[in-house]
Amino acid sequence: MSKPAKKKSGLSETWRQLKKNKAAVVSLFIIIAVALVAIFAPFLAPYPYDEQNTKRALEPPSEDYLLGTDRLGRDILSRLIYGTRQSLQMGVVATVIAAVVGVIIGAVAGYYGGWVDNLLMRLLDIYQSIPMFLLCVTLAAVLGPSLRNAVIAIGISMVPGFARLMRASILTVREMEYVEAAKSINASNARIIYKHIIPNAIAPTIVSLTMSIGGSVMAGAGLSFIGLGVQPPMAEWGAMISDARNYMRAHGTLALYPGICIMITVLAFNLLGDGLRDALDPRLKN
Amino acid sequence: MGRYIGKRLLLMIPILLGISLIVLVLIDITPGDPARIIAGSTATEEEYEQIREDLGLNDPLIVRYTRFIANSLRGDLGKSFITKRAVWPDMMARFPYTLLLAVLSTVLSIIIGIPLGVYAATNQYSWKDNLAIIASLFCVSMPAFWFALLLIQFFAVKHRILPMAGIEQWQGWVLPVVSLALGYASIISRQMRSNMLEVIRQDYIITARAKGLSEHKVLYRHALKNALIPVIMTVGTMFGMSLGGALIAEVIFSIPGLGNYTLTGLVNRDYPVIQGSVLFLSALFSIVILLIDIVFAFIDPRIRSQYVRAKRRVREGT
Repeated sequence: MSKPAKKKSGLSETWRQLKKNKAAVVSLFIIIAVALVAIFAPFLAPYPYDEQNTKRALEPPSEDYLLGTDRLGRDILSRLIYGTRQSLQMGVVATVIAAVVGVIIGAVAGYYGGWVDNLLMRLLDIYQSIPMFLLCVTLAAVLGPSLRNAVIAIGISMVPGFARLMRASILTVREMEYVEAAKSINASNARIIYKHIIPNAIAPTIVSLTMSIGGSVMAGAGLSFIGLGVQPPMAEWGAMISDARNYMRAHGTLALYPGICIMITVLAFNLLGDGLRDALDPRLKN
Repeated sequence: MGRYIGKRLLLMIPILLGISLIVLVLIDITPGDPARIIAGSTATEEEYEQIREDLGLNDPLIVRYTRFIANSLRGDLGKSFITKRAVWPDMMARFPYTLLLAVLSTVLSIIIGIPLGVYAATNQYSWKDNLAIIASLFCVSMPAFWFALLLIQFFAVKHRILPMAGIEQWQGWVLPVVSLALGYASIISRQMRSNMLEVIRQDYIITARAKGLSEHKVLYRHALKNALIPVIMTVGTMFGMSLGGALIAEVIFSIPGLGNYTLTGLVNRDYPVIQGSVLFLSALFSIVILLIDIVFAFIDPRIRSQYVRAKRRVREGT
């Protein structure tokens, strides 16, 4: 009965620490707002993202089109709203994939040690010798340009970072008395890793996960910018910047809006990550 | 130290073998047949089969891998499917551009980032510190390619001070270098600030102050030297990353570097180009990381002393 109460106090303690950091709280609200925009995009957007009105292409902001239209006469505001879905998907899903795979690899390497650890770490060495964005671009190109493949490419290229982080945490946690106690009552390795080690070593991973989402949003935008991510007519912020590139001379603001959206979202995740790191740091608790 | 360097160099061999295997497997599982791309839609079945045979695509993966390794050791990375030109000399012709872009952007990021970080740390909690933190946070969160387009819009389109793209004149390097350097500079300044804040609370800094040294000497002779050590690692990693990761900047500013070459290869599914350039860029990245580790071992007295102690133990036979 005491277990749930303990969990609640841990969470509320983190929230109490996080609340002290105003930038992190504001960022959390921005992230919630962005997520809500992504979920309710069809209700919020004035027009469908792919509705073309070529007679009114490249128009400046007006009453009908609050942020103007693009080269095909599509409403920029609606595309920004729908674009939130794709950009956030690339950020969140890719990072979660990387974190889950990384945590499993790191936990196994850290817990078992010996040749398993050695083998996994050498494999990660090879992976990490390929510059991250180059690996990401190569995977996206090899798998074929699409939203799903971009998510997979970003996710795979981020796995080593999470695996190493988890391994380092496990190496500290596995020497603790409660792990020894679990071993002494003949708990299986899988149970010890899943029930005791991962929950106690997960804090740095949560911080890294939050901070990595911003990086994934940027990587996804980068992939779409070079044509290896989200494909037209789907709206995505990076693809919108790429689309606006050829009209920079006369319509400079076209690239401005999606860039601002990326920057605010990435900034919010970075600040929240900073705040979480401080909130979860036991040295700063008092 | 010699043993350490030798060991690290030896470790690079399996890493490079592993990278080439990963790239080959990735290409192998890719849907789409390069022979079909080369043959085109009008080729007969015999012509298509001949191309497959010529390219060695009918051989098992392990045979192709061994052949690729053997040829790579002779400096032969194959010929581009599209241009029919040898990959290695093509890469070598493009490498200086990528190297120059990486060097210039890293140098500029150091020039901006380190003084900014020191300045922010020495003015902790003041408006100057807050301004530096906010500016670096925004720069870190800004996609480099978007910033590059903003720079083009302002300096090339609106004011016509600098060229939009191309590197025929030296002015052509300004925008690509600045667009890359700003992001790196903000990372360096953030790290520099936190390192400085940590170092200036150490006992030896209090001792230096107690000796009556001027604040300038305390900061720049004692604190900065120690705060710089972790930054070297970051700068080196960023330099390595920019060698292989500046491909969007190369595309935007039409720089005929390795990134542009790789991306063209990827878009055209030009497998020898992909294989060669990914292997080369990864090897470069590994070498840069190795060099940083060696520099790190030299400048950090804690690491250096480990080797000296080990040597002494060997000499003393204990």
